[in-house]
Amino acid sequence: MKTKVREPKFHLVKRDDLSRYQRVLIRLLSIVLALILCATITAITTGINPFEVFGSIVSGAFGTARKTWITLQDLSVLLLIALALTPAFTMKFWNIGGEGQVLVGGLATAACMICFEQKLPSAVIILLSVIAAPLAGALWGFIPAICKAKWNTNETLMTLMMNYIATQLVSYFIIIWEVPKGSGKIGIINQNSHAGWMPQVFGSKYMLCILVALITMVFLYFYIGYSKHGYEIQVVGESENTARYVGIKVGKVIVRTMLLSGALCGIAGMLLVGSINHTITTTIAGGQGFTGVLVAWMAKFNPFTMVLSAFLIVFMDRGAGEIATQFGLNQSYADILTGIILFFIIGCEFFINYRIKRAEKHENKEGSSC
Amino acid sequence: MDNKNAAVSMRKITKTFGQDVIANKDVDLDIYKGEILSLLGENGSGKTTLMNMLSGIYYPDSGEIFIDSKPVSIRSPKDAYDLGIGMVHQHFKLVDVLSAAENIVLGLPGKLDIKKATLKIREICDKYGFDVDPEKKVYNMSVSEKQTVEIVKVLYRGADILILDEPTAVLTPQETQKLFEVMRNMKKDGKALVIITHKLNEVQEISDKVAVLRQGAYVGTLITKDTNPQEMTDMMVGHKVELNIERPEPVDPKLRIRVSGLNVVNEEGIKKVNDASFEIYSGEILGIAGISGCGQKELLESIAGLQKVESGSIKYFDDDGNETELVGMDPLKIKELGVALSFVPEDRLGMGLVGNMDISGNMMLRSFREGHGLFTDRKKPQNTAEKIVKLLHVETPGIETPVRRLSGGNVQKVLVGREISNRPKVLMTAYVVRGLDINSSYTIYELINLQKQAGAAVIFVGEDLDVLLQISDRVMVLCDGCVNGILDGRSAQKGEVGLRMTSLDAGKGEDR
Amino acid sequence: MLGFLSFIPRAVGQGIPLLFGCTGEIVTEKSGNLNLGIPGVMYVGAISGVIGSFFYENKVGENGMNGFLAIMIPLFCSLLGSFLMGLLYSFLTVTLRANQNVTGLAMTTFGVGFGNFFGGSLIKLSNLDVPTIALSKTSAYFSATLPIADKTGWFGKLFLSYGFLAYLGIISALVVAYILKKTRVGLHLRAVGESPTTADAAGIDVTKYKYVSTIAGCMIAGLGGLYYVMDYASGIWSNDAFGDRGWLAIALVIFTIWKADIGILASVLFGGLYILYLYIPTGMAHMELKELYKMIPYVVTLIVLIITSMRNRREDQPPASLGLNYFREDR
Repeated sequence: MKTKVREPKFHLVKRDDLSRYQRVLIRLLSIVLALILCATITAITTGINPFEVFGSIVSGAFGTARKTWITLQDLSVLLLIALALTPAFTMKFWNIGGEGQVLVGGLATAACMICFEQKLPSAVIILLSVIAAPLAGALWGFIPAICKAKWNTNETLMTLMMNYIATQLVSYFIIIWEVPKGSGKIGIINQNSHAGWMPQVFGSKYMLCILVALITMVFLYFYIGYSKHGYEIQVVGESENTARYVGIKVGKVIVRTMLLSGALCGIAGMLLVGSINHTITTTIAGGQGFTGVLVAWMAKFNPFTMVLSAFLIVFMDRGAGEIATQFGLNQSYADILTGIILFFIIGCEFFINYRIKRAEKHENKEGSSC
Repeated sequence: MDNKNAAVSMRKITKTFGQDVIANKDVDLDIYKGEILSLLGENGSGKTTLMNMLSGIYYPDSGEIFIDSKPVSIRSPKDAYDLGIGMVHQHFKLVDVLSAAENIVLGLPGKLDIKKATLKIREICDKYGFDVDPEKKVYNMSVSEKQTVEIVKVLYRGADILILDEPTAVLTPQETQKLFEVMRNMKKDGKALVIITHKLNEVQEISDKVAVLRQGAYVGTLITKDTNPQEMTDMMVGHKVELNIERPEPVDPKLRIRVSGLNVVNEEGIKKVNDASFEIYSGEILGIAGISGCGQKELLESIAGLQKVESGSIKYFDDDGNETELVGMDPLKIKELGVALSFVPEDRLGMGLVGNMDISGNMMLRSFREGHGLFTDRKKPQNTAEKIVKLLHVETPGIETPVRRLSGGNVQKVLVGREISNRPKVLMTAYVVRGLDINSSYTIYELINLQKQAGAAVIFVGEDLDVLLQISDRVMVLCDGCVNGILDGRSAQKGEVGLRMTSLDAGKGEDR
Repeated sequence: MLGFLSFIPRAVGQGIPLLFGCTGEIVTEKSGNLNLGIPGVMYVGAISGVIGSFFYENKVGENGMNGFLAIMIPLFCSLLGSFLMGLLYSFLTVTLRANQNVTGLAMTTFGVGFGNFFGGSLIKLSNLDVPTIALSKTSAYFSATLPIADKTGWFGKLFLSYGFLAYLGIISALVVAYILKKTRVGLHLRAVGESPTTADAAGIDVTKYKYVSTIAGCMIAGLGGLYYVMDYASGIWSNDAFGDRGWLAIALVIFTIWKADIGILASVLFGGLYILYLYIPTGMAHMELKELYKMIPYVVTLIVLIITSMRNRREDQPPASLGLNYFREDR
């Protein structure tokens, strides 16, 4: 007989017996390993003591009161976007179109601010923005959802395309509204009248975003975890077959959930334009539609845990930015560090979901001797 | 060639799954060239497992396999091919977007030459009388064409021992005849063929010998022309076993559902329910006997509103005798009438339960719409979950444990428990004791009897004839989607039920 | 005619990076891996080549450069960079079975950051007070055309006026199309992407196919980045200049319904649409319209995606297991 198939030395089995404590521990461990690697790389590129690296990161994020506020504001925007994507992901609908949904929300807000500056009182403009931005975002979420529900169109690719259509749409309006003509920029909208600028809350211009993010977080926690809609979303996400078996209309749930997801992204866009930047650019979302996917996924779609994962990303971003500035490096340094941390977190899921088992020896006559 | 030497000999083959499921025990089997052997047995008698050990899917725990009198070890489908063994499984392994020829050569080494392959395929087709278009894409094919591709694939690899696992289950009578023609041609060519089946008429029509398995053990081999359906059925079902399941007399039976002239065609265009007519009464258990896949699932799903009905009517009668047509009604409305369905599919989860949710979350699948608020009522399902866990002795760390982590029996208890917790007017259960140990099974029988005594009309689809005959007030036998007789549960004989399950002729000319 | 003669070469120049990206992603997706990290991979492919050539140029000085090495060093560096990215993606998704979307997005974050970071810090290393890296000498080698290109009039301008990487891109698309259509390796690869279970049962090594095709796909895509910086951008690296081309390449895959040979024409078409605004007389009064023209490739892709899903023709669908990881014991 010719040589037998080689016996693999080990094989994988799925596991789901780890306690919550163990899962958290594995993830923490992976983050710690990633941070060590990041510090080492930073030490090599900049020549500073690895421990000082962490000091710089902390001071970058929390060095002054203003820095702390900005960190918190960035955190809340990213958190809001990640939260917005969560209902779709719970349904296993891969909405990577957050970027586009945020942009059109911002565009709608900018439109309200620019078109009605002279015509309507500021409060009315704000009210219009509050209506228009979620509607625009919802429309952007609705298109891929209805195609998925009707023809099972691949939602990942579809939402991806919607992003770029939104980008071009924004470019188009930027040229129309550009100030001064030919500059290709809008500049601060309503700089003098402040018409349509979102109000300050508790005397701080940073608080509004934080507040909205917190309210959304609590809302989604209850919406997904405790409402009838949320329950349907969970069932559809787990098993479309079972959902149909108990009479849930899957298409309807997909559309409704994406409307919500898109609307929340639209609100994030509204805040970016109306409360934070008071202008609109094609890069105003800054890739957070994508980063939001990672943040939501890292938190396993739990709204409260998302605070931590969003914090990790923002903290590293601001911290690495600080290092980059100090040493005259490029701001993209943060992306590299973030990427490394993400790879570790993505990789560590394997050890949570699988167990490596050594192959059992078969007691057969041929006795594969290895 | 010496025809007296077996092409394949299996000796003392034993295979167990997990700790206590014995699929095959000390099975001896011989397969000869130039012969067609039928492997006969009830569902779960270990026919497919035994053949999977020849085709390299499973490896036996103990026992020996000889090919042409030489001992061999078959560890993968490739090993089996190298030894000239090919098996056509019930679930085809074909890539939809590829053509027949591409599927046939998939996985083979060497340069790809579709033209040469096409020629060779044509040659095989001409030799045995197949009808395959090598260029046709698999997704354009009917089930029978796909099956032909699978058989050609096996022959292309030079197999001379062919195993067909219930090949006729998916075929129309005409297609079956065509398949049998091809099988006879292969036999003439000196191939050894095994056909796994439980249809007696087919056994008689096609095979030279018939080997019978019962509960994983080998019962014996008969020469087909020297035997008769009754003898085969007796070997297959064995003697009646006393189980002592309670069977209270029905109290005040009232007409609940009348099915008349029901026809159902499945997605693949195969007729699954054929002109079925019957009635179900409150306070009784109607058992449904039949080989699996004979239309039970489609029948129950039609009543629950989950299946598209071709023609016919299903009328529901409430306590006052008012009738409602269920065909075309929304499944939710049907559920509100009090019609409950618990179907345990082969993989247990997937229909009716969500693996990642905990027990009370799964209770909510039926009840989450209740109440007017935006939020789900979590208290009630929690109470139901606690009640079921206590009442049915579900072994679980708590009601917060995802059902995926429970053992099979406990998953089924949760499923059945949920369906009966709403005090249904009509309770339909299918395979609820699939894979359960004796004690859990009895718990479930008791529950079903309690529902019956409470006045529910119960439909019980089961695999074990002994159980079916002892729990049911009436037994309806399904054969190929046809109602092949409704017998009184107290007087029906196991042999007769078995015969009606496997052969439509058996029911003709007698009652109704 | 004159407009057309200048339009086509520019459209091709825009199209070639997309063609590389598209061909690479087709190879990857055919194995069932949806690599959303392609934009990052193309950045890494570009910057790796830039780093290699930067050090080579600085080491030997402009006059000491050897044409063969000037091409081979960046080429090798670029391939190595994208090879490592492909290896990382394969390891995470195939061996560790991580979510493909998440892994891809993380790769893009990382890759774009990597490109921009080294783009920035190389300047710092070179101690030159310039905003961009200019590798004009190396670029000259990359964009060198056949001497007859200038002598053959319109024919030369349309077909011969490109650097060798452009032809390599076309050849690689043709080779990929041939392999997928006509060879056993291609057949097996398609089977892996459609139904890994069936492929596994037929004795095909699913893991090996996924690794090799994903890595090969990344290496092809990386060359798109290299072409962009060395040929199209004349060796000038500026951060974020490569832009969204990586995503456009993924769109192109859908547009070509997973057929590499269609990709050749489609990429030129997309390249043309990308610069169409320059040729449509909008007048200074309506500059905004050009932004709408830039939208066309995406809208067209979206429509193709919707139509193919509506028609539901099986040949035009994404590979059936796209985005899903394979685990044999998961049945």
